[in-house]
Amino acid sequence: MPEFLISPLRRLGHASINAIWRLGFISRFLVAILMYSGQSLLRFSLVIREVYFAGVLSLIIIIVSGLFVGMVLGLQGYNTLSRFGSSDALGALVALSLLRELGPVLAALLFASRSGSAMTAEIGLMKATEQLDAMSVMAVNPIARVVAPRFWAGVISMPVLAALFNVMGIFGGYLIGVVMIGLDQGTYWSQMNNAVDLHYDVVNGLIKSLVFGIAVTLIAVFEGYDATPTAAGVSSATTRTVVTSALVILALDFVLTAFMF
Amino acid sequence: MKRSTIDLWVGVFVAIGIACIVFLSLKVANLTPQNANSTYVLTADFDNIGGLKIKAPVKSSGVVVGRVTNIELDTQRYVAHVTLALDKRYQFSRDTSAEILTSGLLGEQYLGLTEGGDPDSLKSGDRIAITSSALVLEQLISKFMLNFAEKGDSHGGKNASAAQ
Repeated sequence: MPEFLISPLRRLGHASINAIWRLGFISRFLVAILMYSGQSLLRFSLVIREVYFAGVLSLIIIIVSGLFVGMVLGLQGYNTLSRFGSSDALGALVALSLLRELGPVLAALLFASRSGSAMTAEIGLMKATEQLDAMSVMAVNPIARVVAPRFWAGVISMPVLAALFNVMGIFGGYLIGVVMIGLDQGTYWSQMNNAVDLHYDVVNGLIKSLVFGIAVTLIAVFEGYDATPTAAGVSSATTRTVVTSALVILALDFVLTAFMF
Repeated sequence: MKRSTIDLWVGVFVAIGIACIVFLSLKVANLTPQNANSTYVLTADFDNIGGLKIKAPVKSSGVVVGRVTNIELDTQRYVAHVTLALDKRYQFSRDTSAEILTSGLLGEQYLGLTEGGDPDSLKSGDRIAITSSALVLEQLISKFMLNFAEKGDSHGGKNASAAQ
């Protein structure tokens, strides 16, 4: 076979094998995290420390974005609904859009870019400066000591942040709809109450955010652990975390929505 | 940063999360602790339920007194068999009538109950005998058009063109 045919095929084969290899590696990495998380959950202060860095420090960005998303929903929703003479349904529109889709998805995207990238950079730098190797030498398992606490911190933080995002968004919609435009306050809440179902909307939204939390944190710690131990390697690993997380969140959201609603 | 400060902030964080979930459940989703003990079941048959759905509210004088729990087609008589769960606090007389109404012009459909005069009240499992079906817009319009056309004919075809 001529060379100009062989070399692209070889590149394609290499890329496929690499993708499958990474998929296998990330699955085994998840199993390893779950196996060693018993040790790190016993030392729960490690997890609490990571919840502080991943969750508490993300509060501001979640609150501000949630508020603005809710206010935009309020404005746009009012413009469109009033065209059909049903601006009373604004509360239902805001609450359902946030609970079902926007809350979990946007909170997860923000979480991936704020906390996921930080986790990758931190673990990647630990690897580049041979701190992970030093731990292994001292018979400290780096997965149990460094990776598992971050993983659990992400899984704990994500539903909390999504719930906060929802509440702030509903409050933002309230600010625009009731305070600024002057819809009736009782209608806003009662339409919301009638339209929102606890199990169908609220619980499903929380399940979504939990799944996103697992996916985003797993990608973040994996990319950090797998990073090429150089400055350029850590930077490209951080980029990969954000890009892969965003794609995975949106793809998972489609799959979950298709199953849930 | 000191460990106790971190603990405090994480405690605040988790408390915010729990408060948000409680807010979403109670205020947004209107979770009312309603168990099977506090409701009783009635049934009603309708020729046509229009757009009535399961979980639609049952109202009397505009007050929500229960929910529609099940809708099925009775294949013996070909009528819609609707099951309602009503709050035990509200009792209705045996000659109560049920009708399917619409909130607003294009709003959701609900079941309206109008109290009768019978001193005995309906018990769990009873059937509401007097029902009136949902207003179906298409039937209404076609009836109206038919009336209009007939009227036009009786005027010696003078207004027949208006009917079209």
